[in-house]
This record gives sequence, C-alpha cells and structure tokens, in this order.
Amino acid sequence: MKAWVVGHRDAALLALRRLAGAPVNSLLSLLAIGVALTLPAGGQMLVANALHLAGTTSAVPQISVFMAASAERRAASEIESRLGKYGGVKQVQFLPREETLARMKGNPGLRDVIEALPGNPFPDAFIVTATDDRPEAMEKLAQEFRQWPKVEHVQLDSAWVRRLDALLKLGRTATILLGTLLGVGLIAISFGSIRMQILMHRAEIEVSQLLGATDGFIRRPFLYYGVLLGLGGGIVAWLLVGAATWWLRAPLGELARLYDLSLVLHTLDARDSSLLLGFAGCLGWTGATISLRQHLQPL
Amino acid sequence: MIRFDRVSKRYPPGLDALSDLSFEVAEREMAIVSGHSGAGKSTLLKLIAAVEKPTGGAVLVGGQNVGGLARSALPYLRRRIGMVFQDQKLLFDRSVFENVLLPLSIAGFPPRDAAQRVRAALDKVGLATREKALPIMLSGGEQQRLAIARAVVGRPNLLLADEPTAHLDRDTAADVARIFHQFHDVGVTILIATYAGELFPGARRLRLDHGKLMA
Repeated sequence: MKAWVVGHRDAALLALRRLAGAPVNSLLSLLAIGVALTLPAGGQMLVANALHLAGTTSAVPQISVFMAASAERRAASEIESRLGKYGGVKQVQFLPREETLARMKGNPGLRDVIEALPGNPFPDAFIVTATDDRPEAMEKLAQEFRQWPKVEHVQLDSAWVRRLDALLKLGRTATILLGTLLGVGLIAISFGSIRMQILMHRAEIEVSQLLGATDGFIRRPFLYYGVLLGLGGGIVAWLLVGAATWWLRAPLGELARLYDLSLVLHTLDARDSSLLLGFAGCLGWTGATISLRQHLQPL
Repeated sequence: MIRFDRVSKRYPPGLDALSDLSFEVAEREMAIVSGHSGAGKSTLLKLIAAVEKPTGGAVLVGGQNVGGLARSALPYLRRRIGMVFQDQKLLFDRSVFENVLLPLSIAGFPPRDAAQRVRAALDKVGLATREKALPIMLSGGEQQRLAIARAVVGRPNLLLADEPTAHLDRDTAADVARIFHQFHDVGVTILIATYAGELFPGARRLRLDHGKLMA
C-alpha cells in the first residue's frame, strides 16, 4: 500500500518536473486549454446568473380564473373549495367582484367610466399559484380549470416564463455544445503534448521496460502529466471567468439599474468551479490515455 | 539456470541470427559468449531477457519458458535478471544515484531500503562518492561501472552483460571484469557476450559463428 502511494507520488512529482522543465511550452499549452475552456465556463456563469435573476424576480407565474358574470356567490364558493383541495394548487386568492369594482373605482383614470356603467361588470375571480410553475404544468392546470362549471375564462400568465425558459434552455444547450466541442479540442491538445513527451522520453521508457517496469509504471507519469495539463488549463479558465465577471459587474449593474432590476453578476460558484476543474482534469487524462495507447510500444 | 533447447531466431526477410542452438548455463556458473560481430551474441541475450522471442525451440530461465510468457509476466522476469547493455542505456538527465535507484523504484521498494541498497551497490563498484554527479560527468569506465551498479542493485541471481568492456582501455576493462568476478564469487550466475574473453579467466566459453554454436 505504501509502495503504491509512493509510486503515485513519484509519478506525479515527475510529471510536475517535466511540466516545469519546459516552462514556455507548458505555459502556452495551459493558455490554449484555459482560453478554450473559458467559453463554456463563461456560458455556464451567464446561465447561472440568469437563473438566479429569474429566481429572485418577484413575479411568480399565476393562473387567473374568472367566473361567469351570472354565477352566484355559492358557485364561486364551490370553485374556491375545489381549488383549495386540488392537487398541484399551492395557494388560492379569492377576488370578490365587489372588491374588484372598488379597486377600479379607486383608479382616477377609470372611475368615471366605471360609474357610468349600469351595474358591476366584473366577475368573481381567483388568483391561483401552482406548486409546479413549469410552463407545461401550468398549462395542464389551466386546461383542467377551463372544464369546470361556471368558469368563464382562465388566463395563464406564463408567456414570459416560457420565453425565459426557452432562453435559458438555449443558453444551456449552447454551453453544452461549446463544452463538447472545446472539450474535444482539449483532448487533442493533451494528445499532442503526451505524444511529444513520449518522443522526448523514448530512451527512459525503453530502459524502464528492460528493467522490468509494468505498463502501469510507465504510463503513470504521462497520465499525471495529462491530468495536470487539463487541471492547469481549468484553473486558467476559472481565473479568466473570474476576471471577466469582475470587469463586467459594474457596467452590467448600471444597465440593470436602467431597467429597474437589481443585478449583481456572480462568478462560478463552488459546484460549477469543481465541475470545471474535474471536467478539465478528466479531459486531460482522456487525451493522455488515447495518446499512450497510440504511441507507447511494448518491448 | 539457463537452458537453450534447439533455439532458432530468424529476422525478416529470412536472416538466421541463431540456428538450432542448444546449451545450458548452470546456477552460479560464469560463462562468456564470444564470436565475430553479427554472430548472434546480442540476440542470444535478448532471448533470455524476452526482449525477442525465438522462432523455434525453447529458452528456459529458472525452468520457465520465457518465450511463452504473457506480456504482463515479462516485467517480473526482467526484475529477476540484471542487465548491462552494450550502449549502457544510462539516463543522462538523472543523477548517478537516481539511475541506480530506477530498478528499485520499478520494483516498488520502500524509499529508505532502496536508498541503502543504492549506496551499497555504488560502493561495490567504486562510485560511492559520485552519487550526485550526472552520468555525462563520468569517464567511460565509470559509466560502465554505473551500468553494472544499476544491474546488480536489485540483487538478481542472473546477470547478463553485452560487451561490458567495449570501448574501454585495457586497465579500465580489467577493473570492470574484476567487478563481474566479485559478483560471481558471491554466487551470481553470469553470462557475458564479449570479444575480450581473456579478461574473464575461469569462465566457461561458448563460441558463436553465424548463429551456430561451435565446439
């Protein structure tokens, strides 16, 4: 067990020594990987901020249920009771027609028009908040309510939710697409770097094989090299995203204030940062594995 | 210890390096293989270390048919054999100490034990004071002694050497030969491919000519 740990420690140190032994090459490789990873990482940062903004916006998607004008209060009470017991309904607010009329009369612009009418034109209504506010779930609920007796009209206030949802889906898809494409690029960079390393250490590999080294012993430093390359690139990407966030925070906040929004741009959180570094390390390892399979000759 | 049973080795496109070769080297024996350049001396050593596979017959080391070993078993065979290569195969970016340490690192020796063994091996070949030097800083004879230290540090019971005294002056070659005799005296089986048979008095002689064993 101890020998196993020492073997891995030595391989990791050897990989570090090799990285440090060619500082310019290593730095350029790390920058290439870092810049490539900055695009999907930056995309993820923007999506996460958009989700945060959507989550903190006060407007919660709701369903407005309007009774028929001829419906009596008893019918409205029955609907209220039914809504209260209905699965998927989180909260119901009853708006009696008299209250609506009084509120409209309170609006100076509408008061004269309302008073000119012969009676109360407003129906009893309910504002329903659903437990699941995804657009498709809200639409399903609205369809149900439309079938109920004495319900004249059901209005789903979800157009903006759908637009935001579609935008976020697009953002996520673009991030995954970019991540996949640039991930392949990272694998290619790691593949090429390991190929160079194998060529540079050809003599050492041959001697080790002759002295009884297993394939695992020979491959280990190269695999660590690939992981360190990916991980280093991930750290560069993380720093670049952090710098971009810091740089964009002030002008974006200014823009948000013009739209009466409170927006503070956040950099990648702990989960996304870990994912970025893990993803980068894994891709470096993958490139190294493919390269070793391709270029390491048995003796 | 070593047994060749009607061994042949043919390289494409039909060049016979060894033909129908049969001999034995007993445990604790010292033998030299001589012959002209291209006689098959190096090929013979490569077959023992399973660097090459025979095209006919069987090569047995310690009763094990090395030609039939799976690839995954080869490292464990090679750890039991100490090898001194014709071109030494030293790592010039590593110190003398690190070069000798390599076989022990490969075998997974604990660092403290390994360091003791490396120092003992360097002491044995007279390089105890040069452990921090790089191989490029050593003379030809010292490099050859370093190669021997690396071959014996794992305390193998079989030592193979391919032209260990080539390119050395007479005195240095005699020094190197003396080191081999010392290992033979402590019970190591030794097989040396060499032009300079006279440096190894008392060793059994096997003479190769165009891949065939001469009487």
